[in-house]
Amino acid sequence: MKASVALTAAVAAALVVAHASAQDKEIRIGFINTFSGGASIYGKHQKDGVELALDHLGRKMAGLDVKMIYGDDQRKPDVGRQAADKMLKKDKVHVVAGITWSNILAAVQRRVIRAKKILISTNAGWSAMAGKNCSPYFFSTSWNNDQTPEAMGHLMNQLKLDNVFLISANYQAGKDMLTGFERFYKGGVAGRILYRLGQRDYQAEISQIRAVNPSALFGFVPGPMGIAFMKQYRAAGLHESIPFYSVFTIDYMTLGGHGKAAIGTYHTSYWNNSSDDPVNRKFIEDFKEKYGYHPSMFSAQAYDMPMLVDSGVRAVKGDLSDVKGMILEMEKADFKSTRGKFAYNTNHIPIQNFYRREVRADANGDPEIVTTGVVFENHKDSYYETCKMKW
Amino acid sequence: MTWLLLLEQILNGVQFGVFLFLVSAGLTLVLGIMNVVNLAHGSLFMLGAYYAATVFGWTGSFLLAAVVMVPMALLSGIAIEVVALRTMYDRDHMDQVLATFGLILFFNESVRLVWGAESQPMPVPDFLAGSVEVLPGTPYPVFRVAVIAVGLLTAFALYLLITRTRVGMLIRAGASNRAMVGALGINIQLLYTLVFGLGAILAGLAGMMAGPLQSVEPGMGEDMLILAFVVIVIGGIGSIRGAMIASVVIGIVEVVGRSILPFAMTGFMGEDAAQTAGPAVSSMLIYVLMAAVLFFKPEGLFPAKTG
Repeated sequence: MKASVALTAAVAAALVVAHASAQDKEIRIGFINTFSGGASIYGKHQKDGVELALDHLGRKMAGLDVKMIYGDDQRKPDVGRQAADKMLKKDKVHVVAGITWSNILAAVQRRVIRAKKILISTNAGWSAMAGKNCSPYFFSTSWNNDQTPEAMGHLMNQLKLDNVFLISANYQAGKDMLTGFERFYKGGVAGRILYRLGQRDYQAEISQIRAVNPSALFGFVPGPMGIAFMKQYRAAGLHESIPFYSVFTIDYMTLGGHGKAAIGTYHTSYWNNSSDDPVNRKFIEDFKEKYGYHPSMFSAQAYDMPMLVDSGVRAVKGDLSDVKGMILEMEKADFKSTRGKFAYNTNHIPIQNFYRREVRADANGDPEIVTTGVVFENHKDSYYETCKMKW
Repeated sequence: MTWLLLLEQILNGVQFGVFLFLVSAGLTLVLGIMNVVNLAHGSLFMLGAYYAATVFGWTGSFLLAAVVMVPMALLSGIAIEVVALRTMYDRDHMDQVLATFGLILFFNESVRLVWGAESQPMPVPDFLAGSVEVLPGTPYPVFRVAVIAVGLLTAFALYLLITRTRVGMLIRAGASNRAMVGALGINIQLLYTLVFGLGAILAGLAGMMAGPLQSVEPGMGEDMLILAFVVIVIGGIGSIRGAMIASVVIGIVEVVGRSILPFAMTGFMGEDAAQTAGPAVSSMLIYVLMAAVLFFKPEGLFPAKTG
């Protein structure tokens, strides 16, 4: 009896030791995104970016194995929060990353930050995280929501466009897009329409736009809504007389669905996909080879996430208990980003360039996205001055 | 807003209405004749769009896509009927709702597995591109005119089928008294399978006509399904004529309401508030209309057990 107790204790002790050493040998990253339902394409593009980055890192960070834990938020804030809870409590992750939607970031952020774990948004650009809710534990490898439409407003000033019509979705992010746009745009507004979220037929809106006859159209029509809108806009023949300038509407993620309807349109983006930067070229080429499709800006943002974590892990030489040390290094943005060299602002939102991109027909007549100029250099978001970092 | 623009918006409403008719015709047939609540109608809409987009992508011919889509949709419909729905006829509507809701999930994931989660390319075919001038100074997309033509032809064909043919007579008889038709030596089972297949073809046709103007992607039929149910509730379940009239009424209310309300409301609540509230109120209009119809005519405008 005594012997068996001793044996059990020894086995238990061995298991504990084994478990502890396993903890030391790996870094666990939780990645929350939408992997099911209609918006699962966002999760796929980002996951593929993350996995490619891990390939490029040899699946190790400062000698530690990387263990990814993927969690599906089903595009629901409460489900996203449950995924974060599970990652923090059961999987004991060191980093929580991902998240496409601002409302899910809002639901997840407090838990992760209270647990003193690093939180990295690979897409969601909720403005509160750049301002009043900012935290040293939070980083973005994407942008603040307002920045891309701000760049579009500025671009329209540069092009001396006046009498522009605005169309956006009738919900918070849709209104934020117009706010960001008008923060910089100085010309006249010919009219504005807020369409219903999920709308599929836009002929009524298109008739209104044609009746006003503006010099250009600015729009935020994301995902399948944008594909429907662009097809109908082109079918109505307005694409030539009233050029379309958009944000978060046309990207390599939606370009297949848009097809030729997107040719001749303009948009702004932080990602210069045409850049000759070797990191960017290697990312695009390897991505296309591994997955058989062209990476989107979502893939590029997500690719940066493991690279950012890796820079922190290497700085603390794999000592994952030194979270502060990791964060102080990550603030330097000293890693190879697909966007080239950039800096983090005091609120951990990138200070980065924004580019003008066009959709053109390639040699086969198929649409391709070409970056044709810089709109903003080292653009800061509009909220960092309200950010008071507190550990 | 000028009178010409208002006229154009009414035309837009009619066009949207005819499209709604295409979506809801099959649904009302299946519900009215077979007494089956088929939530998977939206999935058949999606499958029609995918079949057509795939063939269109391979061959570049929209007509060939239509020729291939019809038997594919028919087979899909028959498969659903034989495998999943046949055991559901004698059970109550909630069981049917549950079963066909399961089918929605099944088909969305299947489509994602086969084609992927991204939107499939499906442009407007060249011979239906461009526009015609329907009102002075108002070019109108040819493809939308084609949608109207297909919708009206479908309505006419269904009318002939149900009122002028032997099959139509059997369908009407089967709807009135299933057991009696069976006792007279008609294979009612086969008849129901055919009706469901016809519903599937109609859904697929609607999906195919939606493809060039919308995003061909998993779950694309679900938004349409809600409107289709509103149509058949207003029009009277099982009535093709009711579906046609209700579709056009809903199309006009939806489109004209959406385009006028923000302007109208600016008058008494300021532009910013009207821009936000206008679309919200206009999206309620058709449901208010449905509630009103149900209050005065609980059976719908054209209650018809026999088409």
